[in-house]
Amino acid sequence: MKKLRSIKNVIVSLLILIAVWEILFLISDYSEALFPSPFMAFQALIEMIASGQLLESIITSMIRFVIGYGLSVIIAVILGLILGSLPGVFKYINPTLQLLRPISPTAWMPFVVLLFGIGDLPAVVIIFIAAFFPVLLSTVSAVVRIQPIYYKVAENFGIKQPALLWKVILPAAFPGIANAIHLALGSAWIFLVAGEMVGAQSGLGYQIIDARNNVRADILLATIFVIGFIGLVLDYLIGLVEKRILKAWGGAE
Amino acid sequence: MSYIHIENAGKTFLQNGEEFTALADVNLDIEKGEFICLLGPSGCGKSTLLNGIAGFDLVNKGSITIDGEEVKGPSTNNVTIFQNYGLLPWRTVLKNVELGLESQNMDKKKRKEIARKYLQVVKLENFENSFPHQLSGGMQQRVAIARALAVNPEILFMDEPFGALDAITRMKLQDDILDICKNEKKTIIFVTHDIEEAVYLADRIVVMTPNPGKVKGVLTVPLHHFRDRTSGDFLLVRDKIFELLNMKTEETIEYQI
Repeated sequence: MKKLRSIKNVIVSLLILIAVWEILFLISDYSEALFPSPFMAFQALIEMIASGQLLESIITSMIRFVIGYGLSVIIAVILGLILGSLPGVFKYINPTLQLLRPISPTAWMPFVVLLFGIGDLPAVVIIFIAAFFPVLLSTVSAVVRIQPIYYKVAENFGIKQPALLWKVILPAAFPGIANAIHLALGSAWIFLVAGEMVGAQSGLGYQIIDARNNVRADILLATIFVIGFIGLVLDYLIGLVEKRILKAWGGAE
Repeated sequence: MSYIHIENAGKTFLQNGEEFTALADVNLDIEKGEFICLLGPSGCGKSTLLNGIAGFDLVNKGSITIDGEEVKGPSTNNVTIFQNYGLLPWRTVLKNVELGLESQNMDKKKRKEIARKYLQVVKLENFENSFPHQLSGGMQQRVAIARALAVNPEILFMDEPFGALDAITRMKLQDDILDICKNEKKTIIFVTHDIEEAVYLADRIVVMTPNPGKVKGVLTVPLHHFRDRTSGDFLLVRDKIFELLNMKTEETIEYQI
């Protein structure tokens, strides 16, 4: 029942969006080539699916995303667990992290392109940077906030490193880490598009640039919605994984 | 020398540049199998003393030895039970009880067997797949007790273990712990600020007073297990503790009038 109602909410919400778009299309003076109607964008979507171009772009982008985001999360979590356990070392690393963190990943883009050229790597690097700092800093703070009693119990029962890390520190910090991984997924997806717009000749981000160059606003808008849809699905999937792990570890629903 | 030997033990902290004495000149000998209660109001250093013996926070004056060896840190032979249970919330009840056994080289089957046995001792055998947050406070503390017993420790340190429980649950757990120590023969050092609890449980009560924390007196409880909380003997011991804590001054005031 609850599921049915939320499906209803989604449909109504999308219908409102399409209606607003259609109204804007009807009342605006722009030419159809610059501001297409929802139906024209839909036709462009079908065209892209039929030609296989969309699938190709999605696969290219997803590979970059999985590599960049996956590496970033793994490295940031491991580094965060280590730095969180070594507050003496973290004191000297933290100022640099705080300096690098507010820099938009796109600011690195020209530099990355200069170093690595156009291709897969710039997009991967941008995604990596986008996810890295939030996950690293959240992991460190989740580790720092672990209740001292867990360490006392572990010490009392003779649990030493490295067992301490995966028996106590990781599960105790997990809710904080999972939250950061989840949030970082969204921003990494956002920066994938930025990375591909500047540093690649393929993928969903490049497809937007390509559509602009060919003055195909219908393809452009269709691609934008595909990007939004994939972001939504990714978010939903990682939410499922997060919930499942939390449940296995006794987290409250 | 006795099993636990405490000689001139003390603990001082630096607080705002000044030395603060949390515990001063404690001399105490504890024999194997004794049930000792450290009793006193907050700030009397009873938890400081317990942490010193358990090795979590070492004393910096005098010495504490267990079985002839100086305490230098927590030992796996002696397990501490905390007021807030210290269960790992991401583990099931059974996995929590297995925790201490995991550091010993033991196959999985044996580990489960031992854990189940001690869950039975604390009457929680039907909850092995529950998570701690699904249990009441009293049940959680019983899991902690099972976890401690599972590694077959020599000494059980209990730091106000029933302090967070309601009065009725607390009395039940007091009976349970007496039962358990009758069967398992452990040395138990039990911190509490509840006078009745101390009289009900202890073989000897170490009465402590604050500013600075020190031992005011040691009372041997001449009662046997399964004590009656309302008997005359019980009240007599309680009375002596009141006397040691200087809580009987009202009578003298009455005489002055």
